[in-house]
Amino acid sequence: MGTFLRAITDGVLQGGVYGLMAVGLTLIFGVLDIINIAQGIMVVLGAYLSYVLWTHLHIDVFVGLLITIPAMFLLGVAIQYLFIRPLRGRERTSMSLLACYSVAIIIEGILYQVFGSNYLSINNYWNSPRAEFKIFGYYLQYIYVLGFVLAVVLVLAIYLMLYRTQFGRSVRATMQDHTAARLVGINVNRVAALTFGIGVGVTAVGGMVFGELNAINPNTGYDLISRLLAIVILGGMGSIGGALAASVFVITLASLVDVYWNPEWSTVVFYGALVLVLVFRPQGLFGRKEARAQ
Amino acid sequence: MSRAVIWRTAGLAVLLAVVALVPLGNNVVVTQVGVLVLLYVGSAVAWNIFSGFTGYISLGAAVFFGVGVYTVALLVKHLNLAGGVVFALYPLAGLVAAAVAVPFGLIALRVRRHTFVVVTIAVFFIFQLMASNFSWTGAAIGIIPPYLNWNAATVWNPFYYTALLIAVVAIVLAWAIWGSRFGLQLRAIRDDEDRARGLGVRTMRVKLTAFVISGFIIGTLGGLYFYYQADALPQYAFNPFFDLTIALMAFLGGFGTLAGPIVGALLLEPYLGWAQQAVSNTYAAEVVLGALFLIVIIFLPRGILPTVSEKLTAVRASRQRRAAERAAGPPPGSPVGATPAGTAAGGAS
Repeated sequence: MGTFLRAITDGVLQGGVYGLMAVGLTLIFGVLDIINIAQGIMVVLGAYLSYVLWTHLHIDVFVGLLITIPAMFLLGVAIQYLFIRPLRGRERTSMSLLACYSVAIIIEGILYQVFGSNYLSINNYWNSPRAEFKIFGYYLQYIYVLGFVLAVVLVLAIYLMLYRTQFGRSVRATMQDHTAARLVGINVNRVAALTFGIGVGVTAVGGMVFGELNAINPNTGYDLISRLLAIVILGGMGSIGGALAASVFVITLASLVDVYWNPEWSTVVFYGALVLVLVFRPQGLFGRKEARAQ
Repeated sequence: MSRAVIWRTAGLAVLLAVVALVPLGNNVVVTQVGVLVLLYVGSAVAWNIFSGFTGYISLGAAVFFGVGVYTVALLVKHLNLAGGVVFALYPLAGLVAAAVAVPFGLIALRVRRHTFVVVTIAVFFIFQLMASNFSWTGAAIGIIPPYLNWNAATVWNPFYYTALLIAVVAIVLAWAIWGSRFGLQLRAIRDDEDRARGLGVRTMRVKLTAFVISGFIIGTLGGLYFYYQADALPQYAFNPFFDLTIALMAFLGGFGTLAGPIVGALLLEPYLGWAQQAVSNTYAAEVVLGALFLIVIIFLPRGILPTVSEKLTAVRASRQRRAAERAAGPPPGSPVGATPAGTAAGGAS
């Protein structure tokens, strides 16, 4: 029973963090109608930024977020401005996908150049044995709980921003209809750039927690993006609540497979679940239409 | 036969002859890179038959490639085959890949656009994970073929000609499909799938057929790759970079055109092959590749060929107008042969 509870706790807590990364992805999809394939490598970049700030400047990872979040936000705005905005015409969807892919391999190449291909881990107080407490007869590190709380708070903040502010109103209007939004005087380009920035900005937090929990190398991005895509599809593209729920669900499932079967196969669970859902419910667990009309 | 057609046929024949003569230069490295170039030409053309014609961007072509690699690898291992016999297995590798393409397509082709792309990526990772986790695939150690004790100077020649054969077959097939009823149905799906269905195109069947054809060709090339690479490893057989590269090639040359993927592969793969051999650091090559592609997207958003051919057509048309004016002599306005059919229309493909 302890094993079971432990697997569930792990899954839910980590699921929250994955949920935050996925929310960034799904938000970008909802507003810009493109899939940011580079989201995975950006999480890794966020993790490396936290690593550099801690290892070389001895800035605590949580304090470092004050630097890494704006940095990732600006990176997102710049990418949208330089590479996504100029795309026009019928091939826009596929071109944007490949543009994001190109950005991803550029970032990956640079990370390899700077950090090499060895696995690195952030060694600080948060993942040391001192920072843990006992639950269900197991030791759980604070970082799991803190990461989860931080992720949920940020998802809530994004939610409130979308549904309680003037800017959020323009974002939702842009999601529903670009042309109409433009007609009522919304600066769609500005909304798109800021949304891309926010979507990428959350990877700074996701990356920090991910880097605390896992050893990273530049190749980790592939693994991450495939997980995030599976989550976003399961949750229904463009749905924020869906992304969070699907993430907690899938990561918990994978965590159970981890414990009861074999860690090597837990990744297959993502894709297996994804394919099954697509066969029986192509619009995802929380279909996009409902999500958008919310 | 118009003169343009004769010129084009002659040009293609000369090009093919030159390509066929490459291994006779006895430069082992050139032939070795040549095999990869042809392999990518074939793969990009095959990818284009499905993705380019229908507009469904598949990032799961490496599934077929990897299935081809492992089909040949497992047969070689269990039947103890060696030497030239292995080349006879390539069609079989294609058939197995085609068989995989049927269920893959039936699932993935239910959804469109972004979702389709994501499903192909997901299926790709399922296959990669299976290859690394099952024991019968050799897992992380892979499967190593028996040593080829062929003459070192000409060892790559059979691979080169087989790859050339497959690439030519793929190109001819793509050309035949392009103009056929089937090809028109595919392109109708690309333009507006719901409308095509409304007009009586059995979209699922048509899409699936193209998917399977494309899978077959890429599967045979995967089979070829096993002996060439002399190893079947999960990360090389099921390689995400392969998917990206062939998509980049097709987009670079001109997405959805006939010659686009060929041009793209001929331009990109020598660079990649050279980067792998000459530059010890492939990551720098990766950065250059990504940057190159971003530049293409911004400045030639429709690929090299459509942009260039538009310019050429414009130049040709103005030259013909002037020639027609000269031929017409004193009466200036007479439009003799001012709009020769075929040149303008044929330029785009």
